[in-house]
Amino acid sequence: MKTVINWLDDRLGLSANLKPIIEHPVPPTGWDYTIGSATLIAFTVQVVTGVALAFTYVPTPDHAYESLEFITNGAILGNIVRGIHFWGASAMVLLVSMHAAQVFLIGAFKFPREVNWLSGTMLLVFTFGMAFTGQLLRWNQDAYWAVVVGAAQAARAPLIGDWLTGVLFAGRSVGGATLTRFYATHVFMIPAIIFGLLGVHLYLVLRHGVSEPPTPGVVVDPKTYRRQYEELVHKIGVPFWPDAGWKDVVFALAVGSIVLALAIWLGPPELGNKADPTVVQAYPRPDWYFLWYFALLALIPPSVEDIFIIGFPLLLGLLFVSLPFLAPYGERSPRRRPWAIGIVVFSGVSIAALVNVGSNAPWSPDLGNLTLPAQVKQGLSPTSAHGATVFEQRGCINCHRIAGVGGQRGPDLTTVGRRLSTDELTWRILTGGRNMPAYGATMTPQDTAALVEFLVSRS
Amino acid sequence: MAEEELSVSRRRFLGRISLALSGLAAAVVSVPIVAYLLSPLLQPPPEEWRDLGLVDNFKIGETVEVAFDEPSSLPWAGQTSRTAVWLRRTGETDFTAYGLNCTHLGCPVNWREGAELFLCPCHGGVYYADGSVAGGPPPRPLVRYSVRIGDSHRVQVLTRPLQQTIAQG
Repeated sequence: MKTVINWLDDRLGLSANLKPIIEHPVPPTGWDYTIGSATLIAFTVQVVTGVALAFTYVPTPDHAYESLEFITNGAILGNIVRGIHFWGASAMVLLVSMHAAQVFLIGAFKFPREVNWLSGTMLLVFTFGMAFTGQLLRWNQDAYWAVVVGAAQAARAPLIGDWLTGVLFAGRSVGGATLTRFYATHVFMIPAIIFGLLGVHLYLVLRHGVSEPPTPGVVVDPKTYRRQYEELVHKIGVPFWPDAGWKDVVFALAVGSIVLALAIWLGPPELGNKADPTVVQAYPRPDWYFLWYFALLALIPPSVEDIFIIGFPLLLGLLFVSLPFLAPYGERSPRRRPWAIGIVVFSGVSIAALVNVGSNAPWSPDLGNLTLPAQVKQGLSPTSAHGATVFEQRGCINCHRIAGVGGQRGPDLTTVGRRLSTDELTWRILTGGRNMPAYGATMTPQDTAALVEFLVSRS
Repeated sequence: MAEEELSVSRRRFLGRISLALSGLAAAVVSVPIVAYLLSPLLQPPPEEWRDLGLVDNFKIGETVEVAFDEPSSLPWAGQTSRTAVWLRRTGETDFTAYGLNCTHLGCPVNWREGAELFLCPCHGGVYYADGSVAGGPPPRPLVRYSVRIGDSHRVQVLTRPLQQTIAQG
């Protein structure tokens, strides 16, 4: 047995070449240094579950949805595999973002690790690319309309807009070639790129060493940094494995347990309705990792939309790429870089707030067949009762809320009678507003009067 | 000395010619690959008249959704081989067809019979029955399709690729 092991060791060069790598000396580090390796483990889980799903998934529009239904409801433990892939994707997006934030906070992107940061930026971008393409493979109504909305946004790009939508659609319309394009991108192309970038990223970690936890007042100077780092590692460095690596294992196991628990308890997301371009009863929403951008687009003024839709992602990319060149030297400690803490806190809070507001989407009308609650209609005069019916039938209720029922697109009208007079209400209904249609051409004077009487009674 | 210089330039020559040949090979191989990947874009958008049914199937003053076959579809396209318009009959022989997509970001607009409005579920875009913008973020009226009354009193619509209905810049 020993001879076999020795033979393998000699021929593979494990002790000679790999041992020094996994035992390379690193500065003593805290738990925040385990986020990157946990991202790598999450990626591995995604690869394994993704390959498993690909054994059954059929990437054509006529059967993709059915094959996912089979994976979820027919195959043994298929819903767990899909669940792990889904929650694992969330974990990856979260971890890769946290890793970027942590590296930014401790200034680890500075000399000589600029390219570590750049390769990490690309890994971040491609992780979001995986999240977007993966969501589409469900081929449900949300997926179909996400392609359409994505293409409509791409169409805003100057000069190349038309070409971009063509690339997204793989043609002039969403059709037979669209899904296979996203499938090939999600399953072959981006993973291959990620593997390559991971190789570069990890190689650079070895080349420049794991950054030492920053000390306030100790600045990065390209002339002396490398020598200081060597001395530090020589003096207080520990072998990565197992002295530092055990923490990585513990954290990765914790992340894995959470993903598995979510996959078992909550399972994969509902499939919803099958993609159908002719069914307009759709309510397209992206998964949470894009919900903040969806919310942001809804909240900005329409006049800046054209610039924003293309300009904002470009600006973010530019900021990420230029960061190590804007601040290559100097202080690394977040205590001496309060603006770094500010940026991370502001981004985190903004994204959380936008995801929250995006999940409610108060800017969307409620297109259900809504009726006013009974207590609202009780004891109304015949005219007001007719007005209440007009309120329901003419679509007012889809954008305006009364006593908790109705859309939130327009103002809540529960007590509108206190705010507006008969004349003001009539004027607004007949002439409309920036976000409200004018009913002057289509509503009879009797209906208008009844509606206004009903609304005035709301006080 | 001269011999050394010679061998260096020979080495350099071999190195460069190897790289150049590899580059050329990669370029040659990528021509068919790129052309193949872009082929769906290189073909002109097909336009065909599609039958929507007898004129009498539609009531004057009504707006209904009518589905028909997308002209460029592939055999495995499934439901995506279908597309639709909102068809409005305004007179004996007067029909108007609107695209399903909101001109803001392409979401599907819903015709609300009672309100006589098209409502978009995404950001609250609203259009009047004639397709003009009534409120919200849409920058343009709903896209119109060409409609005609064909043989034996049947309504026909000229197909438009989705790319055009969402991106009329």
